[in-house]
Amino acid sequence: MTLGTEWYLGLSALLFSIGAIGLLIRRNPLVMFMCVELMLNAVNLTFVALSRDLNDVGGELAVFFVLVVAAAEVVVGLGLIVAIMRRRPGATADDISVLKG
Amino acid sequence: MEAAVFFVGAAIILTGAIGVIVARNPVHSALLLVQTLFGVAVLFVNLDAHFLAAVQVIVYAGAIVILFLFVIMLLGVDSAENLDVEPIAGQRPLAAVAWAGIVGMLLTVVLVTADELTGRPSSTGELDPTKPDVNQIGEFLFTKYAFAFEITALLLTIAVIGAVVMSRRASGDLAPVPPDALAGRADNGVVGGEAEEVPA
Repeated sequence: MTLGTEWYLGLSALLFSIGAIGLLIRRNPLVMFMCVELMLNAVNLTFVALSRDLNDVGGELAVFFVLVVAAAEVVVGLGLIVAIMRRRPGATADDISVLKG
Repeated sequence: MEAAVFFVGAAIILTGAIGVIVARNPVHSALLLVQTLFGVAVLFVNLDAHFLAAVQVIVYAGAIVILFLFVIMLLGVDSAENLDVEPIAGQRPLAAVAWAGIVGMLLTVVLVTADELTGRPSSTGELDPTKPDVNQIGEFLFTKYAFAFEITALLLTIAVIGAVVMSRRASGDLAPVPPDALAGRADNGVVGGEAEEVPA
């Protein structure tokens, strides 16, 4: 039995909203970063599901590029977090709200 | 069969995702993130995207989460966070309203339009389910998307250089500020008197 695309789209909607709520309620910058990864994965799932539904290779290519950009984003973001945490150990997102290093 | 794999994968993904945002310890969050990413890889296999499933496990679950864990260990922020305190009053009720809005809108769109998904089929190129998908992705990456592919290589190089520059400790770098020294200071500068001479 083949499952309809809407199941995958519904699951990725749930995954995206869980990532979004995590970004809103957590204060640890690392956990907030993980929530961004959850949202990126929800979008990747949508791309692949619609790629199969529309019989189009473009969706899978988009996922490939999202993976590369996510890797670059994690490298830069974690570099920033290390630089901030070195100055202020135990900083949360609220402590670094003034962007003063 | 596909339905059974989908529901198992969905259960893995959703429990992992909820675990990421409720775990008090960042290390537990990172490990539950691996669970979620692995579940997504299972669904990629279910959707016949075998190459992407392999890349998902290698790059995400392998490299990115290891990087997260490495930073957690390096910074020593693996202490549990007190989740009972709300720093901003009313943050969680507002976040719950926002969540209900996001999930309501997304699910409405998905369920209402379930029978009439739009989009022109095969507008980029046809996906032949009988051929291996790595061949088809590779073909497009090195022909139609060759420029984008090269630009991502440049992007990765820039990211690596940026990370090295940011996390390097310069010779005139400032010492870490203890948290209690921050209170009442006009400038969060050097602890313990004068600034060091920065060699030109």
